[in-house]
Parts: sequence; C-alpha cells; structure tokens
Amino acid sequence: MQSLLSANDLHVSYGAVEAVRGVSFDIRQGEIVAFLGANGAGKSSIMNAITGLVPTASGQVMFEGRDITGAAPETLAPSGLTLSPEGRRVFGTLSVADNLRMGAFALNDKDAVEAAYARVYELFPILLERKDQYAGTLSGGQQQMLAVGRALMSNPRVLLLDEPSLGLAPLIVDQIFDLILKLRDQDVTLLVVEQNVAKTLQVADRAYVLVNGEVVEQGKPAELSASGTMQDAYLGAN
Amino acid sequence: MDIFLQQTVNALALGGTYALLALGLAVVFSIMGLINFAHGELMTIAGYVLMYCGIAGLSFVIAVPLALLASVVAAVLMERIAFRPVRNGSGATMLVTSFAVAMILQVLFQNLISTRSQPVLLPAMLSDSVHIMGMVIGVNKLAAIIATVVMLVFLDWFMKHQKTGIAMRAAAEDFAVARLMGIRANTVIAGAFALSGLLAGVAAVLWVSQRASVDPLMGFMPVLKAFIAAILGGLGSLRGAVAGGFLLGFIEIYLSAFLPPEMQEFREPIGLGIVVLVLLFRPNGLIPSATLKAEKV
Repeated sequence: MQSLLSANDLHVSYGAVEAVRGVSFDIRQGEIVAFLGANGAGKSSIMNAITGLVPTASGQVMFEGRDITGAAPETLAPSGLTLSPEGRRVFGTLSVADNLRMGAFALNDKDAVEAAYARVYELFPILLERKDQYAGTLSGGQQQMLAVGRALMSNPRVLLLDEPSLGLAPLIVDQIFDLILKLRDQDVTLLVVEQNVAKTLQVADRAYVLVNGEVVEQGKPAELSASGTMQDAYLGAN
Repeated sequence: MDIFLQQTVNALALGGTYALLALGLAVVFSIMGLINFAHGELMTIAGYVLMYCGIAGLSFVIAVPLALLASVVAAVLMERIAFRPVRNGSGATMLVTSFAVAMILQVLFQNLISTRSQPVLLPAMLSDSVHIMGMVIGVNKLAAIIATVVMLVFLDWFMKHQKTGIAMRAAAEDFAVARLMGIRANTVIAGAFALSGLLAGVAAVLWVSQRASVDPLMGFMPVLKAFIAAILGGLGSLRGAVAGGFLLGFIEIYLSAFLPPEMQEFREPIGLGIVVLVLLFRPNGLIPSATLKAEKV
C-alpha cells in the first residue's frame, strides 16, 4: 500500500527543551494509526509540527509524495490534510453553521460546500438541530462533534485527531470511537492521539508508543498489548 | 430641555466619529494584538485628499470616495511595509513601530505639504442647518449621524454574513485554528487593515466636515480619544468600541455644555475621571471581548 503521510527523523524543540527527538512514522492509505504515550511524550507536538503550528527543528514530513515540512498551516486544508485540535477549540462566538462554514473555507465550489454540510449534518444530526446556536453554548461532547465536523468540511483525505475523547462522558466517548470507524469507511485516513488506550487499541490498525519524544515501540494492537512496553510507557519506567 | 436635546444630537455626532475610529483600532487589535497609533495618520491622509480635491475643483461627491480609497490603500500599504515584518514581534515592538509610522508620516506631511493648517473647501450645504422638532441641527451633524449608522449597519452585515468577515471573527478568536481551516493569515490581516482604513476615512470626512481644515497633526487627538473609547468599551471587542465611542462623545459634549463656566477648564480631567470610574467598576470595559487573549500569528 502507498504511503500517504510520513515523517523522517522529526525533531521539535521549545527553546532548550526537545519535545520530539527523531520520530519517524509512515501512514498508509485507509489506515487508522494511533499515537500513544503519557502526557509530555510529544504526541501533540508531532501533530502540531505536521500542521505547521510549531516549527520543525529538523527532519522531514511528506504528504502524498510532497515535502510539507514547515509549510504554513493554511496551505494544508486545501491540499487534503486537517487537524481537529486538542481541547476542541471551536469558535465560541460563531454559530455552529458558521464554524462549519469556516471549516470549508478552502472549498470554492458552492455545491461542494453544500455537500460537505450535508455529510457533517448526517454524521452529527445534533449539529443541524443547533446550527444557529453559538458554538460556545454547546456541551463538551457537542463541541467535540463540531470540532471534528469542522475539520471534515474541507473533505480531508487525512484527518488528525488530537485527544478527541478527552473530558467526555463514557457514552459520548463510545460515539467518538464509532465515528472513527465510520470515517475510515468513508475513505478518510486517520491519525489519532489518545489517552484512552484500551478503546484506541480496539479501533486502531497500528499504533506507535512514545516515551520522552521517542518511538519506543510500534506495531499492531495485539502485539503491543502482549509486550510490557505499554505499561512502561504510561508508568514512566524506561 | 431643548438645549439638552440639541446637545444630545451633538453628542451622537461626536460619539459616532469616535465609535468609527475606535472600531478601526479594535478590528486590527482583535486580530493581531496591535494598537495602531498611526491610525490617525490615515485620517490625515484622507483629509489632505479632500483638500487637494477641493483645490482641483472636484465635486465633494467625487472627493469623498477618493479620500476613502486613499485611506484604505494607505492602511493596506502600512501593513505590508511596516507591520508585516514585525508581525511575530512582541506587542511592545508593534506598538513602537506604529508610533514610528505615525511620526514618519507627520514629518512627511509637514515637509511635503505644510506645517500649518490648510483650509478645506466644503460644499456650502454642509454648513446649513435643518429644523427638526424645534431643534436646529447642522447638516454636517446630521450627515455624521447618518454616516455612522450606515457604517455600523454595513460592518455588522459584513462581519456576520460575508465569508471574509466571519473569517476575521474566527481569526480574532483563535488565529492558529483559523489558519488550520485554510484561512490565510495575510488575507485576514490585510482585510482588517483595509477595513480600519475605510473606517478612518469615513471618520476623517466627518471630522473635516466640522472643521473645514486639515493639518499634519490632525489625526493625533481623535485617535487618542478613540483609544480611550476602545479601552472604555473593552479592548478588542467591536461592540465595546462602538459603546465606548458613544459614551465618550456623550461625556465630552455634556460636560462642555452643562459644566459651570468656572469649572470648564477642568473639563478634560473630569471627563477622564469618569472614564477611570467606569473602568474601576468594569475593569475589562463595558462590553469585554469574548477572547481577551489576543492570540498572535
């Protein structure tokens, strides 16, 4: 299978602190790939480096055969890659519909925008019900749905989900993981950062385990569960 | 009572001008965290265009659009030349840059045009007055109120229903995420400056219409007032800027109309004292910005 998104020896630093130290990964078309690890392991930094929100110190990121290292964030959505950021970060003072409209900012074709609305409203009927409401007045779960829906509006081929289930009620968490599977069926390739390890390993095709900014183990969920690395990664013993 | 109504009309006219200027400052501040003190020089540029059009014998109907165009173009150029290179700098860096731009422009006006105040030819109609409900209202005051209302309605429509306007609100709330959506930072920032230039241009036409003259330092005082108005309303909040502008206009006009003559020389300190008092009770302004943190690109 063809590689869709990959990184080679990626480094990210915040001042003197090196958050990501030489991470390489390779995501193929149609996969669900998870990044697992404790807080501060560098998962979000990788997401932010891919999308240009933080500068890459060294290394290379490739998307569909193009070098996107250090590309401006605004160039990625039009080319088919978006991020649903950690903490949802919906535009609270905009209506739900306007949040989605901003997600489709990269689309110029009116019909394509309408089709994107239809797809998101079908996935999340609650957003249609609340479309004129300010996003800031939605519940946490609804805001998460809006954040994912907003990212989907640009019809991405690769969707990065940063902590999609963080702080949500168990019932909503289940819905989020169902959604991840549903999106894969719609030909969206997913890169997921999650703290809910058990659930993530149920849906992911492959996972990378990160400790202190380095990949310590990678493979299929069954292989990872069997080895002891996972516990070590979360308990910080390494 | 008549005098009170009369002064209320004056307050609406002056407050409207402050509101437009404060809005111009707020639009830029909400997006890039810059308080542009060179905003006043955009007014001055529009004022000089009005003056030259008068000298060239152009009709006011043509002069006004030209003046607005000049301040919009000047605002966009200002961003491109002066502020884009320091966009990632600290708030202080951008603030000092804006002072530098203001001073450079003032010196250019003084050396290339004149250090003295120049008369601006206005249509005679503007100095007429009309009788409404027993009040005598100057056409220039009435025009100021109407122009303010038209601009506020336009701006409200633009920010709520136009894709670029919505993108500007999104960027003001969370610039990084807005960029992730494909909203280009340069477009949004240039758009904010263009809008602030338009607002400064309209304010300049209203300002000059009351005074019929323009001088190199013309923009300084009104923009200082607009800055106070923006703080009073809640820095970075568009509704706040409008509320603050009108409140400041009312404070100034009522004080000058109703303060006893022996107190008049303390008018400015008393006015600013009221502003401080309001801020004591509402430290974030009348209508605080929903996102106080002005996130930078």
